[in-house]
Amino acid sequence: MIILYFSWIRQKLGTGEERFDVPETIKTVTDLAKHLRARGGPFAEVFSDLKRLRSAVNQEHVGWEASVGQGDEVAFFPPVTGG
Amino acid sequence: MSTIRVQREDFDTAAEVVALKAADNGIGAVVTFTGIVRGNGVTGLTLEHYPGMTEREIARHVNEASARWPLLGVTVVHRIGSLRPGDNIVLVATASSHREPAFEAAEFLMDYLKTRAPFWKLEEAATGTEWVEARGSDNDAVRRWRED
Repeated sequence: MIILYFSWIRQKLGTGEERFDVPETIKTVTDLAKHLRARGGPFAEVFSDLKRLRSAVNQEHVGWEASVGQGDEVAFFPPVTGG
Repeated sequence: MSTIRVQREDFDTAAEVVALKAADNGIGAVVTFTGIVRGNGVTGLTLEHYPGMTEREIARHVNEASARWPLLGVTVVHRIGSLRPGDNIVLVATASSHREPAFEAAEFLMDYLKTRAPFWKLEEAATGTEWVEARGSDNDAVRRWRED
């Protein structure tokens, strides 16, 4: 899996992209977010309140219950502010 | 015909309208919207985006607009990178036989760009830099387009 981070999330984590081997226990975006939160440090901070975050799987907006797997590209970002 | 570009360079609205008009001689109306960096207190704006998803999201909404209104052409150009007050940010141009669909589709596309296209703005001011927060009013604006 590739995980992408944008905006203040990228800044806080100090990285915009990582490769990640998905453990069997991770089935949904929520599972992934909780796993990342458990890393502690800036990850704990970023993923402490999921209401502030949005996510996409394979470049499409998804809800927190969306399924994720090894071959996916998952992105975490704040609500968008383009236009 | 639709044109979608995400680019660092500025755009020339007049040239984009010329290109849009040339695509179909049934065009009787072109509406353009240009978004510009406001200067009140802001010294610069940096636009970040999600390459790939941005183009897909815009294309999806251009297709949806084309299904809802009889459009004869659409152009969307969105800038990224470092911008100054007064700089262009975004251009939406819609063409149709008559004005109503062109006006409505331009509004529809801007409302969706604001709430769905993965761009993020970092504002620079004398006091420091800050990520722009999403506005609730933009979400209200997009709600009017949902089918009841």
